[in-house]
Amino acid sequence: MKFRHLSRIVSLAGCLALSACSGTQDTFLLPGGPIAAAQRAELIKILGWTMIAILPVFMLVPVFLWRYRYRNRNARYTPDWDRSWLLEVLMWGVPLVIVAVLSTQLYRTTHALDPYKPIASDNPPLRVEVVGLDWKWLFIYPDLGIATVNELAIPEKTSVALDLTTDTVMQSFMIPALAGQIYAMPGMRTKLHLLADAPGRFEGENTQFNGTGFPAQKFQAIAMTQAAFDAWVAKVRAGGQPLTSDSYAVVAEASTGAEAQKRLDAQTLPAGVIHFATVEDDLFKTVLHRYMHGTPVPPSAQPGAIGYDPQAATGEQDR
Amino acid sequence: MSNAILGRLDLSSLSIWRAIENPTGSELIGAGAAMLVIVGGLAAVILLTWFRLWKPLWRDWLTSVDHKRIGIMYCALALIMLARGVIEGALMRTQQAFGLHGGFLAPDHFSELFSTHGTIMIFFVAMPFIAGVINYVMPLQIGARDMAFPVMNQISLGLTATGAALVMISLVLGEFSTGGWANYPPYTGGDFQPGPGPDYWIWAIVLAGIGTTLSGINFAVTIYKERAPGMDFLRMPIFCWTVICTSIIMVFALPPLTVAALMLAADRYLDFHFFTNDLGGNMMNYVNLFWLFGHPEVYLLVIPCYGIFSEVISTFSGKRIYGYMSMVYATMSIAVLSFCVWLHHFFTMGQSASINVAFGIASMAIAVPTGIKVYNWMATLFRGRVRMTVPMIYATGFFYLFVVGGLTGVMLANPVISFQVHNTLFLVAHFHNVIIPGVLFGLLAGYHYWFPKAFGFRLHEGWGRAAALLWIAGFSFTFLPLYWLGLQGMPRRSVTFSDPAFQPMMWLALFGAALIVSALGCIAVQLWISIRKRDQLAVPLGDPWNGRSLEWSIPAPPPAYNFAVLPQVCARDDFAEAKADGRAYRAPGQYEDIEMPDNTAIGMIVCVCATLLGLALVFWIWWLAILSFAAMILALIGRTFRVNARHVIPAAEIAAEHRAWLARIEAAPAVDRLEETHERNLGRAVLEQPGRLEAAQ
Repeated sequence: MKFRHLSRIVSLAGCLALSACSGTQDTFLLPGGPIAAAQRAELIKILGWTMIAILPVFMLVPVFLWRYRYRNRNARYTPDWDRSWLLEVLMWGVPLVIVAVLSTQLYRTTHALDPYKPIASDNPPLRVEVVGLDWKWLFIYPDLGIATVNELAIPEKTSVALDLTTDTVMQSFMIPALAGQIYAMPGMRTKLHLLADAPGRFEGENTQFNGTGFPAQKFQAIAMTQAAFDAWVAKVRAGGQPLTSDSYAVVAEASTGAEAQKRLDAQTLPAGVIHFATVEDDLFKTVLHRYMHGTPVPPSAQPGAIGYDPQAATGEQDR
Repeated sequence: MSNAILGRLDLSSLSIWRAIENPTGSELIGAGAAMLVIVGGLAAVILLTWFRLWKPLWRDWLTSVDHKRIGIMYCALALIMLARGVIEGALMRTQQAFGLHGGFLAPDHFSELFSTHGTIMIFFVAMPFIAGVINYVMPLQIGARDMAFPVMNQISLGLTATGAALVMISLVLGEFSTGGWANYPPYTGGDFQPGPGPDYWIWAIVLAGIGTTLSGINFAVTIYKERAPGMDFLRMPIFCWTVICTSIIMVFALPPLTVAALMLAADRYLDFHFFTNDLGGNMMNYVNLFWLFGHPEVYLLVIPCYGIFSEVISTFSGKRIYGYMSMVYATMSIAVLSFCVWLHHFFTMGQSASINVAFGIASMAIAVPTGIKVYNWMATLFRGRVRMTVPMIYATGFFYLFVVGGLTGVMLANPVISFQVHNTLFLVAHFHNVIIPGVLFGLLAGYHYWFPKAFGFRLHEGWGRAAALLWIAGFSFTFLPLYWLGLQGMPRRSVTFSDPAFQPMMWLALFGAALIVSALGCIAVQLWISIRKRDQLAVPLGDPWNGRSLEWSIPAPPPAYNFAVLPQVCARDDFAEAKADGRAYRAPGQYEDIEMPDNTAIGMIVCVCATLLGLALVFWIWWLAILSFAAMILALIGRTFRVNARHVIPAAEIAAEHRAWLARIEAAPAVDRLEETHERNLGRAVLEQPGRLEAAQ
């Protein structure tokens, strides 16, 4: 309640920033779901509590510097004064109390907003498997049998459970307006849950530097009504191409989404987006297990590596 | 691809050759930087030859084991590298200001810039600057004649210089890593970056890191064993306490980094699989090891600067430091806590919420002792007599800006927020916000404060003020907008961006970068003008600021042996007490011979051999690697056979010098603080009386 004003200012500033850009929400200051909203609330709370410790510094430093300036003959001068029990108690006590308050807050929210924790919602959750590639994201919908590059469509008010890995170096997956980020690492599975309150377009990105195409590794997360989502799925099934090990090897090459789209002749779709009507079974598992066989993965079979060879890689998989 | 004599070094390794073959803007900028290194090196050689300075350089500096000269050389190295680091930062700001869908730098060049910028600023600016100030000041403050291990001190400097040299050479030969200052695998593994870039990083870090570990041992042992009689632990100036904490961190935090870098080297050179994707490698281990070093490192840098601010604020307020014991406890608890928080650099790696909670709370807990320090400095201003000299301007900027950095630190300590702003420009703004106002302002305040002690003349006040104000404004314009961009979700290390809404903030940041470059220019001009006007600025008597600790009780610059007679310490702020009691500037009953260590070339031999070793390893020139390594080891073993490497300074010579100085003190006018920055200030101070100030003039 105390921080309502602050909250309003933050929203206002966020709106100003938004009005300047294209209409994609790309900050948690303008949240599109409960997780980002809670994160914003946390930020404002911390700002408020720490001000108790900080404002005295801001206000008293200039007062002291002016009052006790060398030329001020009226100020008291006590060169040997170096201790006061009252001050000592205040100096240790106030920050301790603030940190204690913030710590309980941190304990509650960190558990409540744990990215591994499913979000309660009325609709059945949607599972999506995310593979980070250089420099694009592959989204596999295992229950729908479709996949996309750089386009994450989700129904509104539905908990989305993401499983993440990469088939190259480490990356970090984030849709700021919906939830925070989580690392995606080769041979490992991380998890993230998010939910969009209403239809909207949200920018998603990789935040972990992974080479020359890094700034291009953005995608659109599109929240839509259930009906619109069903229509979208139908459209992907109708217009998409199959995601085979051959086309996967092309997508996995170090290239931006736009370059991969060109290689696979999908330019009718929005920039950088590719639709796949079918997905080879257990593709996510195949990627995950590529590094877990106890056999070497040579650079020619390592997506993203210098010397990666899609042909050799498919051969490798067939073998 | 690789031959027996030159390894993988060939014509295309030369960045100038690459620019001739492919003259794009980016390559030309790279070649220009390489030319700058070559021309700068040649100019230095020509000037040294022209003014016949080779011999004095060798005799008085490069082979010296005097902690004061080693300290000055560390600071000189740091200032040279600072110039490169600032220019790189400004270049990145310029690229991003024009970076909406484009800009003028190639992505690879931009990545090299942020990698070298970070590596240089941390390892070859902040660390040597701090090692330099500690080297110079700490032995003087505890009343010692030299470091506990003067020769090892020289070797530490040699190894640090080696690391810096390798980073400089990477401008001319080959290229630097593009993996950022943390150089995370697998991106920096052999599969993804087979070139020499990450190898430059590895060997620069390993060699300099060993040097820093040795420095830490040296500083700690010096404080434990070399204190003057009566200098109890609880009588030491706060700066020395901060040095203890920093040395402990150096000793314990640097080895994980050295080990992590060597493990990465094993992956790259010997086909090991510590951090590779396949065969059981796991980059999470690297991330943990790196930050097990990386977080204490932040405190390693900032703690001595807390010490510098303590000295500066106490001296220029004409007061004891408020809450000495609180300061000691706070510093020690920060040093211990700094080892308990490394995981907050990767809350987003997928560990359980409980682990994140533990590390989040530990990280926030550091705000308590840090807060105490800020309040203690404020209480030191309270009822003091504050002179707004250059170091105090830096301190004021520090008060304001560092507190903002602390606020965003508390935010980042919270996993919930970290999930959103990790890896964004918010993070970049945060760590610049603690490192520039905290570390760099502290070091520049210290530079200004102790320069007259080291060289016998003050730095020009006007240019110093201009530099300080420009630094403060430049920092604010450059980095405060980045907080906003980070909250808007802009990732760090982006060569371009596509959201036009970011543009105005980018321009603001570029303006700030221009201010920072001019601040650096002011510092250079200030040094030039101060050297030219050194007669007007001279403070040979040694106490220009009415100082409180032992270093001010000796001439400026101090003699090689520091103290004619080792001081008998009776109190905290002993020199201030001595001046008040009339104990100061007394001639001792008798002088004794002083034994001092001889000069040695071992530091230079190690530096040259290690640089060749590093280059040989980077370019796979195996014969040279074996040769230079063997030469270095043999030289070190050979050195151990010299047992009596000491010379004696006779008592008569010391007595004559000391008595002459005391006579000058007797004859010189003592000045009050209104004349502190006046020509009349020769370095002898009038005692400040408590109560009201007498009418000025």
